[in-house]
Amino acid sequence: MPSHPKLAEAFVKDKERAKWHDQSLWFVRSKRDKAVHQLPEWELLREQASKIKSYVISHLPDLLEQFEKNATAKGVHVHWARDAKEHNEIVHSILEKHQVKRVVKSKSMLTEECHLNPYLERHGIEIVDTDLGEWIVQLQDKPPSHIVMPAIHIKKEEIGELFHEKLGTEKGASDPQYLTESARQHLRRKFIEADAGITGVNFAIADTGGFVVCTNEGNADLGTSLNKLHIACMGIEKLIPRADDLGVFLRLLARSATGQPITTYSSHFHGPKPDGEMHIVLLDNGRSEISGSDEFRRSLNCIRCGACMNTCPVYRRSGGYSYSNTIPGPIGSILGPAHDTKKHSSLPFACSLCASCTDVCPVKIDLHHQLLTWRKEIRLKGLLPFSKRLSMKMMGWMMQAPRLYQFAGTCARWVVPYLPRFLLYNRFNAWGKQRELPDIPKQSFREWMKKNHDRK
Amino acid sequence: MTASKDHILSQLRKQSVPASELPDLQQAELTQQWITYPDLSEQFTELLASIKGLCLRVKNVEEVNQRLAELPVYQESKQICSLIPNCGQPNVNVNEITDPHDFNDVDFAILPGEFCVAENGATWISNDGGPTRTLYFLAQHIALIVPASEVVPHMHAAYERLTFENPSFGTFMAGPSKTADIEQSLVIGAHGARSLTVFLVDDAF
Repeated sequence: MPSHPKLAEAFVKDKERAKWHDQSLWFVRSKRDKAVHQLPEWELLREQASKIKSYVISHLPDLLEQFEKNATAKGVHVHWARDAKEHNEIVHSILEKHQVKRVVKSKSMLTEECHLNPYLERHGIEIVDTDLGEWIVQLQDKPPSHIVMPAIHIKKEEIGELFHEKLGTEKGASDPQYLTESARQHLRRKFIEADAGITGVNFAIADTGGFVVCTNEGNADLGTSLNKLHIACMGIEKLIPRADDLGVFLRLLARSATGQPITTYSSHFHGPKPDGEMHIVLLDNGRSEISGSDEFRRSLNCIRCGACMNTCPVYRRSGGYSYSNTIPGPIGSILGPAHDTKKHSSLPFACSLCASCTDVCPVKIDLHHQLLTWRKEIRLKGLLPFSKRLSMKMMGWMMQAPRLYQFAGTCARWVVPYLPRFLLYNRFNAWGKQRELPDIPKQSFREWMKKNHDRK
Repeated sequence: MTASKDHILSQLRKQSVPASELPDLQQAELTQQWITYPDLSEQFTELLASIKGLCLRVKNVEEVNQRLAELPVYQESKQICSLIPNCGQPNVNVNEITDPHDFNDVDFAILPGEFCVAENGATWISNDGGPTRTLYFLAQHIALIVPASEVVPHMHAAYERLTFENPSFGTFMAGPSKTADIEQSLVIGAHGARSLTVFLVDDAF
């Protein structure tokens, strides 16, 4: 897998676009701040959320069994999937049993993680993503670039062009109102024609056997209320012990995600309709392994609000596609290497360790600490690229020898100002790709101290 | 399939995870800190307006009918459904419909809401799972009729009222359906209702 800097290259090259992307996300972060400041008890809520989630991870097997028992009692079919392959097979077998040809799906990062769409399409089932942003990227045959705002990286003119080509909207039209209305008309037909609805799960409640799905568009509710068959797909970490805990999480989720006080629809599903069928697929896919790690366990607290992405200076300036993982940004840079360290070994380095993600995380995941820990792990596993290994080695060697350090500094001050550009700015100097070196000072700090503040 | 279940559970049980306590959300140290508002229905009205919904405080169902008649979207509606007795001028007989798809052309639905939440402008609705559940999402415009006394301050108070003992469906609806997926421009009317009006009614109905 290409590294983060490699994947970010094209994005960063278009400076204007990178700036626009940065500002769009900062706008969302600012909305989050405004919403948060309206609740004096915000920090208290974060603490409770963090404690509840820690409890969940420490009692996960018991809570899962309790959830299964209660959901089954309400008439829900509960399935267990070890990995993405098994998850997709289960979903397909349910659809096949009901002879489903057309499915509408509301946003679910888990089904992205499992690559459910291409799997079902290969088996001759039409699957339509109904969240507007996710549908836009589906039409482009691309994955979401953000977990809450899948099409945040695309300009309205490009969406206008895409809709013109795929839906026959007016050429050159780029008004979001017009484009959204066209999507509404088109997707209404898809909702009406569908035979089944698939949703993700925001929270599953162990002591009631129900689950909650949050959307702003109403797509999860249309897809499930029109159809007799509802399949909900969730990671095993999405459990919460009690319905009361939702009071804490629903207060945190939308405020953290987009600065809304709550999503437009927060739907509580407890069992199928009288004439319907409801299935829940519980997916592990590496989560149980993370639960055993003292360093990374807390990453399972994540409620997928996306706040860490919106605030991350690296994500904002490099875009979601620069992350090799389905989930981008700070949390994705922790979950990615946990799933496949080699494949995602560059992600923990796509971070300035500014800790802004940790500050905004509604469930208090110590994101920047975990990212730093991952760097260590990656070095220990010998997965650092040669250039980093070499420069670190040389740096370490020099830092341990004060005289050598001083000598190197003196040399640099003498030589660097006279070096031709090609020697300073070349492929070995990644730092200098978009930056100019600062002016080299005439003397070092040590020399300056000696001159001005020498002991009398 | 049980093999996978056993595998996942044993995988989880194999891990040594330090025990952690579940916080008591009813303890006074917490509940005393939850936000309060001097006037719940005023706060709800303000909040709902900020998320592009409309709240109207009325005395009784007759007044609901008067105010409905003044709403342009209601005047323009051709197909109207109502689940509230004597409310609106419904011309679609809900009882005759067994397939939710038949609600596809409903322009305006007048539906019951159970209670409202002041902190976020949400109204709790529940439905027994018949075809009418679709109405909350498929109708072009929606009015929710809620007793004026039923406004709670925050989500903690909301969940005190909710039990999920039996199979059920319920949702918090906060304003009309919306999206900002195209360049962060807010557009009202994504897939669900294009407008949402909540009537807080003083008298019993």
